[in-house]
Amino acid sequence: MPLYRDEAVVLRTHKLGEADRIVTMLSRQHGKIRAVAKGVRRTASKFGARLEPFMVADVQLYEGRSLDIITQAESLASYGADISADYGCYTAASAMVETADKITDDDGSLQQYLLLVGALRSLARREHGPSVTLDSYLLRSLSIAGWAPSFVDCAVTGEPGPHTYFVPQLGGVVADSVAPPGAARLDPATVSLLGALLSGDWTTVDTASDLSRNQASGVVAAYTQFHLERGLRSLQHVDRRA
Amino acid sequence: MYEGIVQELIDELGRLPGIGPKSAQRIAFHILQTETFDVRRLAEVLLEVREKVRFCTICGNVSEQETCSICRDPRRSHTTICVVEEAKDVVAIERTREFRGLYHVLGGAISPIDGIGPDDLRIRELMQRLGDGTVTEVIIATDPNLEGEATATYLTRLLVQPNLRVSRLASGLPVGGDLEYADEVTLGRAFEGRRTVEA
Repeated sequence: MPLYRDEAVVLRTHKLGEADRIVTMLSRQHGKIRAVAKGVRRTASKFGARLEPFMVADVQLYEGRSLDIITQAESLASYGADISADYGCYTAASAMVETADKITDDDGSLQQYLLLVGALRSLARREHGPSVTLDSYLLRSLSIAGWAPSFVDCAVTGEPGPHTYFVPQLGGVVADSVAPPGAARLDPATVSLLGALLSGDWTTVDTASDLSRNQASGVVAAYTQFHLERGLRSLQHVDRRA
Repeated sequence: MYEGIVQELIDELGRLPGIGPKSAQRIAFHILQTETFDVRRLAEVLLEVREKVRFCTICGNVSEQETCSICRDPRRSHTTICVVEEAKDVVAIERTREFRGLYHVLGGAISPIDGIGPDDLRIRELMQRLGDGTVTEVIIATDPNLEGEATATYLTRLLVQPNLRVSRLASGLPVGGDLEYADEVTLGRAFEGRRTVEA
């Protein structure tokens, strides 16, 4: 398979040599791809603009020894301009693509691809606030990866909820009887918001108070950092005021 | 692997950006084999550049003195500041001979994924320069890529002040190119930034 073609969303780029870039993409069928785009940093480049982060493109690649080489790219959706026009959206999208970069591998996950494209589209169209869109993305992305948190039943005993103690290490909310000393106790409205973020109940999310949103963001960040082991660098730069 | 000092030279050259092992080896052998190559002069220049060159305390451009030649030049307009990412962008704009104001070098662009936030750039220094009210226009000339655009968005939000005009460099079609070969993003920008032609 020396030459292949796939749809991919650009996660990040690194400068290479004089005018090239290494482009990291999450593709629909081939998982995460790292490929060289030659000459894209030159202003005369024909496809440099199509290989910026947050762009969805139909790419043709040639299999190389260590890195593949991008031979063609056609734009399918261009979210970069709309996202970078709002600083809050930009920081949220950066955290999304960094998560996707860390959570996916070469095997591929169609669900992760569709989730990321959907989240970027939602940010670009300003459907919901950037902060809640990011939190919802993080919870769902971790769920697809096998780390689905529980926000109703106890994550340890399975005892039906609602519960208010949250322990990232135990996988979500836990019953009072099994909550370790020092466990964070959440407001019931925050627990409800977290469940809504995970299930995509946007009516509940959009009507939540600022206090619940802030508390939920802290919980999601702690849960994500715990499961990804290596911290997300972009998470500390997310503009939560937006 | 070569022996001793030759390998050391190849390794040191290979640490430079854009120079891989093969290029490092080629440069090392050029230095060794070419009689006309003045190694002493190269070594002196490398030492000199580290000792003499520093960053301008006003704009952040490279300079051999405390302030750079542009900031010291009394003929330049002190009412306009052009904000760029890197010192090499100053040279690129100077080549146009279109701009006669001052510069401000940010030292990069906001890139959360690389851990670079607004506090890691020289944004605070820019705000201090605008404090006395002398500057009436800020031209944001960050790179026309995602990080550059996001940095421009951040700066625009920060620079909302009375009596201060904030503008962004236009982007669009390269001079000498064919329209049919332009990608849709660039062409879209060109349409967005079109200007009225006056008779």
